Amino acid sequence: MSKRKFRLANEISTGSNVVLNIIFVLISIVCLFPILLVIAISFTEEKQILLHGYNIIPREFSIKAYDFVLSAGDAIMRSYGISILVTILGTILSMSVITLYAYPLARSSFRYKNFFSFFVFFTMIFGGGLVPWFMVYSQLVRIRDTIWIMIVPYLINGFYVMIMRTFIKGSVPEALMESAKIDGAGEFRTFFSIVLPLLKPGLATIGLLSCLGYWNDWYLPLVFVTKRELFNIQYTMYQTLSSIQFLTSGSANFAELGKVLSDLPGESARMAIAVISIGPIIFAYGFFQKYFIKGLTIGAVKG
Amino acid sequence: MKRGLKTQIPFFFMLLPGVIVLLINNYLPMFGVVIAFQQYRFKDNFITSLLTSKFIGFKNFEFFFKTPNAFTVTRNTILYNLAFIFLDIVIPVAMAIMLNELRNKMGAKLYQSIIFLPYFLSWIVVSYLAYSFFSFENGFINKGILGPLGLEPANWYFEPKYWPFILTFFHLWKYTGYNIVVYLASIVGIDGEYYEAAVIDGASKWQSIRHITIPLLKPVMIILTLLAVGRIFNADFGLFFNVPKNMGTLYPATDVIDTYVFRALRNSNNVGMSAAAGLYQAVLGCITVFSANLIVRKIDPEKALF
Repeated sequence: MSKRKFRLANEISTGSNVVLNIIFVLISIVCLFPILLVIAISFTEEKQILLHGYNIIPREFSIKAYDFVLSAGDAIMRSYGISILVTILGTILSMSVITLYAYPLARSSFRYKNFFSFFVFFTMIFGGGLVPWFMVYSQLVRIRDTIWIMIVPYLINGFYVMIMRTFIKGSVPEALMESAKIDGAGEFRTFFSIVLPLLKPGLATIGLLSCLGYWNDWYLPLVFVTKRELFNIQYTMYQTLSSIQFLTSGSANFAELGKVLSDLPGESARMAIAVISIGPIIFAYGFFQKYFIKGLTIGAVKG
Repeated sequence: MKRGLKTQIPFFFMLLPGVIVLLINNYLPMFGVVIAFQQYRFKDNFITSLLTSKFIGFKNFEFFFKTPNAFTVTRNTILYNLAFIFLDIVIPVAMAIMLNELRNKMGAKLYQSIIFLPYFLSWIVVSYLAYSFFSFENGFINKGILGPLGLEPANWYFEPKYWPFILTFFHLWKYTGYNIVVYLASIVGIDGEYYEAAVIDGASKWQSIRHITIPLLKPVMIILTLLAVGRIFNADFGLFFNVPKNMGTLYPATDVIDTYVFRALRNSNNVGMSAAAGLYQAVLGCITVFSANLIVRKIDPEKALF
């Protein structure tokens, strides 16, 4: 049987293909509808929301919510800035910590590999729980209510170390590192000038994984942060969902503009913040998807 | 020997930052679990407090298990996880097989991208999406569907009975795309010759899925399931805390161990009891992970966690 004929014989019938496509279109709608609903609400005139509720098609199109968020929502802009700062710093630092930790574990000439592998992987199996963890950061290493509390706890994790170690083993031949050593390069020089350039795809994977983790984090501020100036965008959204006044209560601009609370396009502004917070993810989605799938496939080799 | 050790020193420097973070973030709290057996009194810092606080044996545990919450949150945690484990096999495997069979490959790529998208949104954003459906005054379901049909609006955030379905829906909504990627990678890896042979023997599509694809996916399914079983006492805090908006009326259906521990610490500031509840969860979790791993190692040593 020729290759082409085989392919035809193995393909599903046109009818089945149409049915499958219909099923997937419906599933895609289920996946997208909630997101589109939030976007639609954010562009709806506030009065229409109060009269008719949330709708997938705005009865009256309006960008007032975005106008408000940009002009009077200084609490939102600041928290957006905190999120950007934490994400950039956190991603760079965690990539460094993880790669530096994974590299010795990938080298056969490192004698204490097993101990240090266990040292990081054990943390994936057992943890002390919320209470002692909370106490450590509030009563010993007192970085609570600083920017570092939103960075330090996520600097290293066993799964990412595992991905990186597997990646180094797979893409940098041991012989290459040994020959650099014979040529007189120290371990650090070997690492920075020979190994690191070969790790770009692995670094991209780890970088995007931790970038997403930092951007989407709301747990660390929920547990540790009490200072308003340090709230990130996710935590600001958390506060806003329970009380819309949160947006204006800390806003100097809002008072300056001489606005009153009834002017606040609360319902639509709330949704506009959600849209603004997912903006960067949607823009970078192509990258994210590509490297996540890569990371998953590398990770699947072990674990 | 001394020379030998010297060659190892650069490696230690590389490990140092990671070791420091792990010590602070993971190992100190592990030793801190003694707090569960103490009447904790703060003095100077966490370590001196631990050393000077009075030991009271299992009193904190007794206190926790005497509350009716201990049973409710354990039951909820296990039942939700069981449902998630089952659905996380059936639905993603079915969808991955269907995606793989689609003849329009561009379409398959597009569908996959759309289904994977929710995975990238935070639970806070998901709680906004849920709110836009379930809000009593403005929600899409009350105003956009029930209203026009002439039906009474439902008070979603006050009725526990809806929530097992809502929470399960959002779990699937967020994670199905991720699971599809895992299974699709295994399907693509299956040798095409199996299918060729099946076609030559006159097997139908359905038969080759049942007798080739599914059996070959079984090892991945078993391993992912066992790993999930190992985490059966750990709930997804983001889902259970944010999507029901931490509403007290919903606790019978939405409260899980993690949310309970968090609230016990935050609201009642009951350090001893919430540490006890946390340790109870950690120990049970550790036992299940070890057992699950033991089984995984028996099936496929390569896939074992340790």
